[in-house]
This record gives sequence, structure tokens and C-alpha cells, in this order.
Amino acid sequence: MKNESIKIFQKKKAAILEKWLTLQLEEDGLREDLMSNADLRIQSEELLSSLIDNLSDSNIDQPQSSDFETVIEILSSISISRAKQGYTPRETGSFIYSLKEALLKTLSEEMKDPAALYKQSMTINKTMDSFAIATFETFIKGREEVILRQTDEITEISTPVIQVWDGIVALPIIGTLDSARTQVVMENLLQAIVETESRIAILDISGVPAVDSLVAQHLIKTVSATRLMGAECIISGIRPEIAQTVVHLGIDLSHIITKSTLESALKTSFAMLNLDVTKKQKPKTQHTIN
Amino acid sequence: MSIIKEHDVVPFRNRVKEYAVKIGMSLLNQTKLITGASELVRNMLKYGGGGTVKIEVLSRTRDSGIRLTFEDKGPGIPDVKKAMLDGFTTGNSMGLGLPGTKRLMNEFDIQSEVGKGTTITIIKWKNG
Ligand SMILES: Nc1ncnc2c1ncn2[C@@H]1O[C@H](COP(=O)(O)OP(=O)(O)OP(=O)(O)O)[C@@H](O)[C@H]1O
Ligand SMILES: [Mg+2]
Repeated sequence: MKNESIKIFQKKKAAILEKWLTLQLEEDGLREDLMSNADLRIQSEELLSSLIDNLSDSNIDQPQSSDFETVIEILSSISISRAKQGYTPRETGSFIYSLKEALLKTLSEEMKDPAALYKQSMTINKTMDSFAIATFETFIKGREEVILRQTDEITEISTPVIQVWDGIVALPIIGTLDSARTQVVMENLLQAIVETESRIAILDISGVPAVDSLVAQHLIKTVSATRLMGAECIISGIRPEIAQTVVHLGIDLSHIITKSTLESALKTSFAMLNLDVTKKQKPKTQHTIN
Repeated sequence: MSIIKEHDVVPFRNRVKEYAVKIGMSLLNQTKLITGASELVRNMLKYGGGGTVKIEVLSRTRDSGIRLTFEDKGPGIPDVKKAMLDGFTTGNSMGLGLPGTKRLMNEFDIQSEVGKGTTITIIKWKNG
């Protein structure tokens, strides 16, 4: 014998879809700016069909069953795309919760025996809640992807090479210097050295929170690459606590020119380029008395 | 918290920093703690295939501190004594992570069994 609620769902599928759509349209949070009603109908119909077609006696209380793979797949793709489009969790969650509401309403209209209705409702409730959790999990995954993409974009934009003087370029590094970032930093720096025909590159690390052995290794590599290009590299912005930590860690930076401030790095650069930058003496005004 | 990918490193370090700031650790000790934590967490990712870290606040007379426990179920270290030497590396690196971290911490304990995994516990006291 087929489970009664499945029979009801199959018979009332069209009505359920209408109920569900009405519920979704009633929801304050419905984002007509993000999706048209027609698209909403297509998405909803697809999910509902997949759910009802796959429901059976044996899996109705087994949301983990592999029979629901397509259901989960549809839900995941909906919730990932919603996460990326900027829907809130509430807006995304209401998609599945309003389906649950439509299903339960239909059951209560069709089933006469209160005890059976209660039992069936509990089962549907549990199964749909499990789908809702899957929806949230993928929603969060979608958001994480957005964050990762933004991180990559920030990496790209946050490595500006500045020409501070004729023959001197500087690159302030802010944040953690991981392997991907080092690659970008190194490429930008070497490119800038070629373009500006600079002889000195200053790498300012005042914005780097910690220098561990990996960061140190990346710095050393960048310095070597700069030297291969025929330029000298100065590392500035080494704070006292960083200096002490690097020494305890056992990292040898003695073969690298390091300065505590960007200003002193610049002074050293001027000396290396035989530049003499001095304050202009104010010409003394002569008061002549006739 | 669990550490399974490169992207977990920065949030983890920020969490450690939050704790260090909360107990009022000096900037120098904070930096030492975070740098050491960074070394161990990177080893865990590179050699241990990821793992978990537990962060605890400790207190003793007129001092408080932070204990971090790094646990992985990776291949383990065959010769811990050797791994603790400056310059020993199987990863074509500087080989400073383990011995350097020991120097930066107040307490450092390493347990490793081949085939089972590695557990490293470090403590940094606020005024230590
Ligand atoms: N969690 C771990 N699991 C297995 N092996 C490890 C683990 N941590 C460290 N090792 C082993 O110990 C060696 C020494 O580690 P250490 O951190 O001192 O140096 P490194 O990681 O090779 O270089 P560096 O940290 O200076 O970049 C590693 O090369 C690796 O063989
Ligand atoms: Mg290491």
C-alpha cells in the first residue's frame, strides 16, 4: 500500500505548486529585483516535480536517501546561485520552508483522520527540515566562494608599486604574505623595475602582522629576484617586536638591507644613488639702508 | 578549530590574537605567540594533511597565558630529535619552524608517532 500522503501529493501536485507560489509571492522578502516571477515558477516547478516523483514509502522519512540526489542538487544550485546574487539566508530559506507549508496545508485539507494526519505531518516536517538544512549548508558554501573570490581580488589590487623617486620604486605590503600574494608582489615589483628603469626597490612590511619562516622565505626570494634584475632591494618597516621574533626564530636576514622605517630606507637609497637631498637655505633678505 | 586549507590560517591567527589581546599580553609576546602558532599551523597543513587546534586561556598566580594544542592524524615524525634541529627539513625549506617556535614559547611539547599523527602543545605566558 502506498503511503497516503504520497498519493495526495501526486494527485494535488498542481494545487501544491500554486499554493507554494502564492506563499512565496506573499513573503515580504521576495526579490523581484533579483528574479522574475516566471523564473521563480520554473525553479519551483522543477523542484516540486523532482521531490514528488522521487518520494516513496521507503524513503519518505529518509531525507539522506540517494533517491533525493536530484532534489538536493536542484536545491543546492538554487541556494548557491541565490547566495552569489546577494539573497539573505531568510530569503533563501523561505523557498524551502514555504514548500513545507504548502505540503502540510494540502495534507490537512485532504486527510480526515487526525491521528494519521499528525503522523504524516511529522514525517514530512522532519524530511523537509533536513532539506532546509542542506539548503543552508550550500548557501554558506556559496557565500564562502564569494569571499574567496574577493580575497583574490584584494590581493590583486593591494600590491601597488609606487615610483617614489627617479630610479626608486616602493611597494607597501599590507596583510599576510602567503605564496599566492608573494607571486603577485614579485611580478608587480619586477615589472615596475623594468618599466621605470629603477635601480632600487623598497619593500615596506609595516603592514604585515607577522613574519614567520614562510614569509621570511618569500621576502628573501623577492630580494634575490630583484638582484637578478640588477637592482637592489631594501626591506623597510621592520617593527621592534618583529625584529626580535625573527631573531629568536633563527632567521638570518643579515645579507638583506633592512631599515626600520620607509624614511630611512629612502635616505639609504639616496645615498646609494649618490643623490644629495638637502633643505634649501632661505636666501637672507638684505636690508639696505640708504 | 579545524585547519584544512591555506585559507584557514589567517582566521586562525586572528583568533589567537584576539585571545592574546583579551588577556592583555604584551605586543612582543603576542607577536612571538602568533609567529609560533603560524609555524605549527603551516607544518600541520604541509606535512600533517591538516588537523585541529585547541585554544585555551590559562591562569596561574599573578599571570595568565595561552595554550595551543595542534593535533593532526598525519604521517607523524620518524625522528623528533632530528626534526627539532635548526635546519632539518624534508620540505626543502629552512627547517626553522619547530626549533624556532620552541625558542619563542615558554613551554613546548611534541608527541609524534609514525602512522598515527603529531600533537604539539605550546604555552606562552603573558609576562613570560
Ligand atoms: N605535523 C607534522 N607532521 C609530520 N611531519 C612534520 C610535522 N611538522 C614538522 N614535520 C617534519 O619536521 C621537519 C621540520 O619542521 P620545521 O617546521 O622545523 O621545518 P620546515 O617546515 O621543513 O621548514 P620551515 O618551517 O623553516 O619552513 C619538517 O620538514 C617535516 O619533515
Ligand atoms: Mg615548518
